[in-house]
Amino acid sequence: MARFGMVIDTRKCVGCMDCVVACQTENDVPQGHCRDWIVTEVRGTYPTLEMEIRSERCNHCDNPPCVYCCPTGASHVEPFGKTVQVTANRCIGCKACLAACPYGARFVHPEGYADKCTFCLHRVKEGKDPACVSVCPTRCMHFGDLDDPKSEVNRLLGSRKWHTLLPEAGTKPRIFYLD
Amino acid sequence: MPSPSRRRFLKISAATLGAAAAVPMLHQASPFANAASAAGPGTVTTIPTYCEMCFWKCGGIASVRDGKLWKFEGNPLDPMSRGRLCPRGTGAPGNHYDPDRLKRPLIRSGERGQEQWKTVTWGEALDYVAERMKKIAAEHGPESIALWKHGTGARFFEHVMRAYGSFNKAAPSFAQCRGPRDIGNLLTWGTGLGSPERTDIANARCLVLIGTHLGENMHNTQVQEFAQAIGNGATIICVDPRHSTAASKAKHWLPIRPGTDLALVLAWMHVLVKEGLYDKDFVAKHGHGFDKFATAIAESTPEWAEKETGIAAGVIRETAREMARHRPATLVHPGRRVNWNGDDAQRARAIALLNALLGNWGRQGGLFLAAGMKVAPYPFPKFPEARKPKVDNPDGRWPFADEEVTTGLREATITGKPYPIKGWVVYAANLIQTLPNEKETIEAIKKLDLLVVVETHPSEIAGWADVILPDTTFLERHDDLYVGWGRQGWAALRQPVVPPPDDQKPAWWMAKELANRLGVGEYMPFKDMEEYLAVRCEKSGIDYAKFKREGIVMGPKKPITIEEGAEIAFDTPSGKVEFFSDQLAKAGFDPVPKYTPPEALPAGFYPLVTGRSPVHTFSRTQTNPLLADLVGENEVWINAATAAKAGLKSGQYVRLKNEDGVVSNRVKVKATQRIRPDTLYMVYGFGHTAKGLRRALNKGASAAQLNTRYKVDPLMGGTSIHRNFVTFEKEA
Repeated sequence: MARFGMVIDTRKCVGCMDCVVACQTENDVPQGHCRDWIVTEVRGTYPTLEMEIRSERCNHCDNPPCVYCCPTGASHVEPFGKTVQVTANRCIGCKACLAACPYGARFVHPEGYADKCTFCLHRVKEGKDPACVSVCPTRCMHFGDLDDPKSEVNRLLGSRKWHTLLPEAGTKPRIFYLD
Repeated sequence: MPSPSRRRFLKISAATLGAAAAVPMLHQASPFANAASAAGPGTVTTIPTYCEMCFWKCGGIASVRDGKLWKFEGNPLDPMSRGRLCPRGTGAPGNHYDPDRLKRPLIRSGERGQEQWKTVTWGEALDYVAERMKKIAAEHGPESIALWKHGTGARFFEHVMRAYGSFNKAAPSFAQCRGPRDIGNLLTWGTGLGSPERTDIANARCLVLIGTHLGENMHNTQVQEFAQAIGNGATIICVDPRHSTAASKAKHWLPIRPGTDLALVLAWMHVLVKEGLYDKDFVAKHGHGFDKFATAIAESTPEWAEKETGIAAGVIRETAREMARHRPATLVHPGRRVNWNGDDAQRARAIALLNALLGNWGRQGGLFLAAGMKVAPYPFPKFPEARKPKVDNPDGRWPFADEEVTTGLREATITGKPYPIKGWVVYAANLIQTLPNEKETIEAIKKLDLLVVVETHPSEIAGWADVILPDTTFLERHDDLYVGWGRQGWAALRQPVVPPPDDQKPAWWMAKELANRLGVGEYMPFKDMEEYLAVRCEKSGIDYAKFKREGIVMGPKKPITIEEGAEIAFDTPSGKVEFFSDQLAKAGFDPVPKYTPPEALPAGFYPLVTGRSPVHTFSRTQTNPLLADLVGENEVWINAATAAKAGLKSGQYVRLKNEDGVVSNRVKVKATQRIRPDTLYMVYGFGHTAKGLRRALNKGASAAQLNTRYKVDPLMGGTSIHRNFVTFEKEA
């Protein structure tokens, strides 16, 4: 069984937010919320500067605190791709998962349930990439099976230095950022 | 970026994280889980059409779910989008659903500019326009009605007005955007660089960007190729007073003093010539007047340029050598919206000459030779002869302008010379946010007997109209074909995806109805656009039914580089690349570009440079719910140290005041390391004042409003946007 993850090339990403807009329309994300977003990290002092631009979302962690803390089982690990998902009609909107997630990846949908990135499983089941990956004009995002040693994501992870977000949180995130 | 409310919540929730984590409860995946929490699509149909969120005109495919517009994605057959749109294209459904759109035709009921209207029928609105046009034509002649235009939809207004004898027109895309570049290149190579520009960014080994902020400026194909170039390990040299997104990808970032770019380009050329690093074969074979050129730039040393630009002489030398190392696959991007200082055609020409020294004309990784395709025109009757010359460039005041000059048309409207202009039809050009010095625009409007605005949104210029004709968005209409030039020619089809939500009509329909009322109906002989398009396709051997399904037709493949077997020729007076321009000399201009230093800043003032947000187009998209949700207002960038000295903090509001005392709407401070301490930056297109733009009203500041002192390019009439100085006023 696959274990889905993403590899994002920060050298190519320009932070245009196309991934954010695509997610909004694909998934009918309610206005004022988003399931993915851009972070720009600037280091240094003028004129010696470095900048990393990242497209962020739920990390579909291998060790997901949002799942552990969910009192109803709404937040769960889905067998398909071992992704972290929310069953809306099981969610009581208690926000424990929002508090538990160190990435700020979740929000409460106006209809009362916790919502976040699904890795567009409805698209992946049709053999497509998630919406954010499929629209990216810089082609900086790659989606695939981390358990398949021959997958593009694994090839990329073997070819470049990378980092994950908040590795110290122990969540084992599955979105990898190429340096 | 999470919504602000969400961030606030997270801050609070951080304290509770420990508690929550202390009582982990592991749940197995539920057998009832619905993994894709997104609602599964209902009945989905897809229709290809080309985008007009900006003017790059990418091919896309719209999805309609259960009869409603769902999403818009790139068309893989399209050479511009290559299957991927930019955020504005992806956000196009937001334009369709925008609650701030114009819904019905309106006729003014109050004073001009008061934005008071009565709703009328299309018949009433068009009768009103036609009657007043006829009255102006009777009193002054039909040439006293002028068209302002931007975008594909203007095509048939231009056509019908030309048929009626109203041939005066102007588009801000020339004098307020790419015109200086086109003319600078035309004078050098004998041709402009077109749109899309013929830049082989994907194969460049060294890419030089001068104020071109790819990644924030989202001209789709160029951004895609920029990412390819990064992936290929190309050396990027970025010249910008601001640490732009592109600068963050660059090996060399040159934070130049605003207004001094020409000095840098001259010094780069000086190094290439002095050190013998230029393409001597290319220059010997194709160059005209090289010796005189070399003499003219002999004094433009890096040491001289350092004093002007603030870029160290050593860095100027190093970057020039870097360019030479990779030639001919070194590309100095010609830029696009380049009307900065009022001498921009000469700067654009200097950049063309730098490219020429690198020998990249018709080369891989340089400037390729664009290929097109032939599509037959519709067999229209011949237009009547123009009875008089146009008013916008009297006596060739701007001798090298090859399109109409906007401020020339505005001035003629104010002065009534060489003859009166009494009517304006404005198609999708928000003149208040586009032209410099709003006062002059309003002065011109006051001279008019008729101002018609055709728009999707109640923009600032619409606020001054006598009649507003509500346009459809591009997703709701047919339009003329887009026949593009690029690596391979192609044609793109625009067709309606969904009906307009209210009583909006497509421009071709308005123009046809107007033609009937003006007695020139024979110039719009087709029943509708489908018939028009089918005729053009049939005459061109294009299968229209297939075109409707696929949206794109490709033209023939031709060699576009010398590497592929193309031959190069130059359509200049000398038949060569003009390092020295006899025609400029003859007209009294510098035959080799010369640098003029920007004037000194008044104490306490800063130059304001402007640019683009990746999610917005000009002043057109600020109410789009999808895009405004991401960037709802602009910010003024201030160097962190400068801000600290002035006692300003990120997030606080200030107003900007220019040297003429014009004060902007309040705008948020972004205190950042990413800009020179002596320069301010702002994305333009914000600071809307039109009441109907409810979502965008008073959000951020308008760069156009502060552009009261502008210089006009003596070669071609381009107007500067970076020559105003501003200071802050703190918000109480």
